[in-house]
Amino acid sequence: MTTTVDIPELALVVLVGATGSGKSTFAREHFLPTQVLSSDFFRGLVADDENDQSATGDAFEALHYIAAKRLRAGRLTVVDATNVQKHARASLVKLAREHDVLPVAVVLDTPESLCWERTQARPDRLFGREVVRRQTRELRRSISGLAREGFRKVAVLGPEQLSDVELRYAKLFNDRRDLTGPFDIVGDVHGCAEELSQLLVKLGWELVADAAGRPVDAVHPGGRTAVFVGDLVDRGPDSPGVLRLVMGMIERGHALCVAGNHEAKLAKKLHGREVQVRHGLAETLAQLEADPVDGLPAFLDGLVSHYVLDEGRLVVAHAGLKEEYHGRASGRVRAFAMFGDTTGETDEYGLPVRYPWADDYRGRATVVYGHTPTVEPEWVNNTICLDTGCVFGGTLTALRYPERELVSVPALREHYAPAKPPAAPVPAAARAFELKRVTGRRHVETATGTITVQAEHSAAALEVMSRFAVDPRWLRWLPPTMAPAGTSSVEGYLEHPTSALADYASAGVERVICEEKHMGSRAVVLVCKDRDVAARSFVDDGSTGAVYTRTGRPFFEPGRTEELLGGVRAAVERAGLWDSLGCDWLLLDCELLPWSAKAETLIRQYAAVGAAGRAVLPAALDVVEAARSRGLDVGGLGADLRTRLSEVTAFAEAYRRYVGPPGATTLAPFMVLASSAGGYADRDHGWHLEQADALVAADPGLFTPTRRIVADTRSAEDADRVTAWWRELTESGGEGMVVKPYAGLTARAGRGLHQPGLKVRGREYLRIIYGPGYTAEAQLNRLRGRSLGRKRGLALREHALGLEALRPGTPPWRVHELVFAVLACESEPVDPRL
Amino acid sequence: MLLTLTATRDPEILPDATDLGYLLVKHPDRVQPFELPWGTATVFYPEASAQRCTAALLLEVDPMKLAEAKGRWDGAQSLNQYVNDRPYAASSLLAAALNRSFRSALRGTSKDRPDLAGIAIPLAVRVPVLRCKGGPEVAVRLFEPLGWQVAATPIPLDETLPEWGDSRYVDLTLTGRVRLADALNHLYVLLPVLDDAKHYWVAPDEIEKLVRAGDGWLSQHPERRLIVRRYLAHSRALTDRALSQLAPDDAEVVDESPEKESGKPKLNALRRTAVLAALASTGAARVLDLGCGPGALVADLLRDKRYTEIVGADVSPVVLDIAARRIRLDRLPDRQRARVKLLQTALTYRDDRLRGYDAAVLMEVVEHVDEPRLPALADAVFGHARPGAVVVTTPNVEYNARYESLPEGGHRHEDHRFEWTRAQFAAWASGITEEYAYRVELSGVGDEDPDLGTPTQLALFIREENR
Repeated sequence: MTTTVDIPELALVVLVGATGSGKSTFAREHFLPTQVLSSDFFRGLVADDENDQSATGDAFEALHYIAAKRLRAGRLTVVDATNVQKHARASLVKLAREHDVLPVAVVLDTPESLCWERTQARPDRLFGREVVRRQTRELRRSISGLAREGFRKVAVLGPEQLSDVELRYAKLFNDRRDLTGPFDIVGDVHGCAEELSQLLVKLGWELVADAAGRPVDAVHPGGRTAVFVGDLVDRGPDSPGVLRLVMGMIERGHALCVAGNHEAKLAKKLHGREVQVRHGLAETLAQLEADPVDGLPAFLDGLVSHYVLDEGRLVVAHAGLKEEYHGRASGRVRAFAMFGDTTGETDEYGLPVRYPWADDYRGRATVVYGHTPTVEPEWVNNTICLDTGCVFGGTLTALRYPERELVSVPALREHYAPAKPPAAPVPAAARAFELKRVTGRRHVETATGTITVQAEHSAAALEVMSRFAVDPRWLRWLPPTMAPAGTSSVEGYLEHPTSALADYASAGVERVICEEKHMGSRAVVLVCKDRDVAARSFVDDGSTGAVYTRTGRPFFEPGRTEELLGGVRAAVERAGLWDSLGCDWLLLDCELLPWSAKAETLIRQYAAVGAAGRAVLPAALDVVEAARSRGLDVGGLGADLRTRLSEVTAFAEAYRRYVGPPGATTLAPFMVLASSAGGYADRDHGWHLEQADALVAADPGLFTPTRRIVADTRSAEDADRVTAWWRELTESGGEGMVVKPYAGLTARAGRGLHQPGLKVRGREYLRIIYGPGYTAEAQLNRLRGRSLGRKRGLALREHALGLEALRPGTPPWRVHELVFAVLACESEPVDPRL
Repeated sequence: MLLTLTATRDPEILPDATDLGYLLVKHPDRVQPFELPWGTATVFYPEASAQRCTAALLLEVDPMKLAEAKGRWDGAQSLNQYVNDRPYAASSLLAAALNRSFRSALRGTSKDRPDLAGIAIPLAVRVPVLRCKGGPEVAVRLFEPLGWQVAATPIPLDETLPEWGDSRYVDLTLTGRVRLADALNHLYVLLPVLDDAKHYWVAPDEIEKLVRAGDGWLSQHPERRLIVRRYLAHSRALTDRALSQLAPDDAEVVDESPEKESGKPKLNALRRTAVLAALASTGAARVLDLGCGPGALVADLLRDKRYTEIVGADVSPVVLDIAARRIRLDRLPDRQRARVKLLQTALTYRDDRLRGYDAAVLMEVVEHVDEPRLPALADAVFGHARPGAVVVTTPNVEYNARYESLPEGGHRHEDHRFEWTRAQFAAWASGITEEYAYRVELSGVGDEDPDLGTPTQLALFIREENR
């Protein structure tokens, strides 16, 4: 007959058995080789000899180290050592507890004679029979005490069972990763049965009543599952009614519920244990006496501390849960889940002081919880507390997941007087970001792969970010660098529209938008509806937003920034964007014009080159002409100089176009990157430019429109049309154009992303980049050899980082990590070794 | 780029101006090109009569070749490898071309007119575009003592943008009676000096070239120090050696810094003394110098045995490098080396490596942080690193009234983001004590003015253990 041994999916399995009992064979048959840590193997690793007993200390130290790494990563681990002595097992139980996994003992109760027979058969085992006898004796003595030692499961296998045993893996109770929702997660109900019914109805649930008309179940036509964060009972008017409804929903598979501290206390009381009847328990007991609920003790006992849902993306626990505890099982995990991270102190109201664990939360999973009444639920690092104090006269709140929408109903009345006022929303934390998340060699994960940032680059970025950038909390995003279109072979041109169209066509993009490239400075504008919104969402320093460069630096001093933001805000208001987007802040990607507004110092350097050229070349022409008129053969010198003079004149004309009167700046917006209502990376550029047009219409003085045409990359006719358009733009002084996939930023190329845009710069403009005389065929040919691969790779990496930062709900520390990585990619490396 | 050299007839010494052709060893009726690594030089004569004879040296630079040559363009007008003024403005490239084209004339020898080569003749030199670092008057200072009349006309930056004023280029004309070889050597040395950049790496053999070209005029030139320093790319060591070769008598005067010690210790020395005293009073042994800069305080701490562990931290890798050199980090004996560590950090970030120290110093640091970011600094230093004691110094803005050179409302350093009054500093310190459980003592450093206080203010924060 087959013996079945149930083992939790995540456990530390301790094999216990004398030498020769068959542990290694058992391990080999039932586990992966990498799951098994054998003391013999570790002795071999540290001493080149599996039987070198003098290496035992080091071998176990190494074994424990590896076991700890595995458990920390949540991997089943098997320790193959005799473990017949209590102290050896105790250290393993401790290890399991430290990592909040269940310790399991599998005892191989093999007769001493058989053990000895096997030991003798191995030429490398040199110890005497007495050792085997002693081990067997110790083992027998240990068996009955294993559970007391802390093993949550003990399986004893005799020789008969050992020949036919099956291991069965049991999921932990908290593991409901298989449930993918959608969910309606409901905050602390505390006996407010009436409000609960109203909330469920508002969420679209249909209540099912029993014969007495009491709600005993609810069904959602959209197939949603309710998840209760615990604290169903106490303080409120009708705990039995709440229990009856929730228990009914759970029984029929319509809901889940985690244990709240109030459930735990009620369970203790119902089991006859001594508890203080405080904090509303008395009301519940009285209500239950008048209105008993069937099966209550069993229900309460069955509540688990937390659930891991939606493939690990969602965790629900009554008082929240730090990442190390997700999916783990131990006393302290349960305590944390029910009571939070208590410091052991009490506040002036006699309530326990809790450490704000969510401030430190850096996990990927969304954590939804309750327990601490707050006025307004607020996302903190991808966690949210839904307790809005219904029983104290606040509201009862639910979170729709994955929609992340909050739905609430007001309390009918204050059912219970609060011991202390609910926590008011805290302004954006002044606490600093963590250095270790931005410096050194970093591997930053994005949806399209991991991006490595070298330490040399992050060291350089740190100086810019901390000394010259705006407050990093404003930096929601930084623009990626932009690669040029493939080098053109069209005569006289280095860049040409046909290359950009061909590049996208070969990447599989059919529809593109060609946008006029304004020659100014890239500017990101973060504008808030008012100072309060800014303080709540970003920085509480009296400002209402930020206008920053592609390296995060402010464009202007605070006064002028506010003036500009004021204009933008008025236009947003007039254009109705606050309402149409349903937001109170907006992040805009723009070009700030003219170029001289920010870059006059740079332009003056260009001017100097032009001044030198324009002064020397006529002088040179004069002497060459004088020589020619003397009858000297000056060859092609005169013609050369004339060409160069016309080139340097064209160069001067090129930069002069981008010089405007100081003070008169305009913005050319071309994308709405994000707002308080969400992200717009998945919108097409048609949509983005519509929003931009609305701003231009609202204030044509402040905003400059962006001309554009849409084209099909496969159409020769479109290529001609685009080329004509581009030539018209650039020949009348424009910098050029940017060609983008029409579908928007998230346009994907298989697993990766497309280039978000390719620039096609005008022939004249490029003189500023490649020198006045770059158009000479010889120079053009040399320039055509330039390699674009590095620039394109950089553009894609920065684009991926930026997209990740724009994802709605990304916590500030993560946004900063991503934005910092963009800046690092753009920084010249410095030696970080010191 | 272009240079013209005109000789004018003088009935006594130069009856025929075209003799210039003999001196230069270039026939006035020929056009002679010379290939150079980064372009072509051409010598020809736009005019050649007994009355006037002008030789032109036209240098055409191939910017692509120059970009590939990767010269050193310290301070040159170089925006990137493709856009720069090198093809147009006179520079060391022109000096090199002079040397290549007029080698024997530079030496002062002439086969055909040996006497003429030895005497001063009426000459005019024109360099239509010369970058003149320091302004046109520098050209006057350099050429006038050599017997030239100097006209240096500034070239406008862009005549269509008159508000931008003049560029740094001048149209230079020199006239005088000068020996041709001297004239060429003056140009050979002084054109790159005025431009203040070289297209090649300046090595010690550059001293030889300078001494040779400067023979007979440089050692007595009143601006010889400026000339030598710029010619040798501001290398202190090379400059000293060259000056001692040129004029052994004045070689020891090499430090030109005008600062005079007035007998009183300077404020920054006083400040370090005060900080060290405050630190010593806390009994700290393991200390952080946050924002250590070039490491003056780190060096002081290293000299004091009571400090067993010293961490100098700064955001700038460049200044950390300077600090490392100042304390000779890589040459310290092991035991000393083990006491000191330099690391890059930023004080507006929480840095786990800074936790667990006895004390931290922020000497003249907070005023370099934007005021709205001070809460982050406070969180990182007082909340996260949380040393037992913190010494903070910062300027007292009230005292600025005593600095006459400081404009009204101006800061003592251009990177200061703010400067505080005593009341503002006290308010900030008191906020820290409340939020982070420290107590504070405020004091001052430097001469005390009865109304304005001391130039520097100092706060010593001590962590309160049981709050």
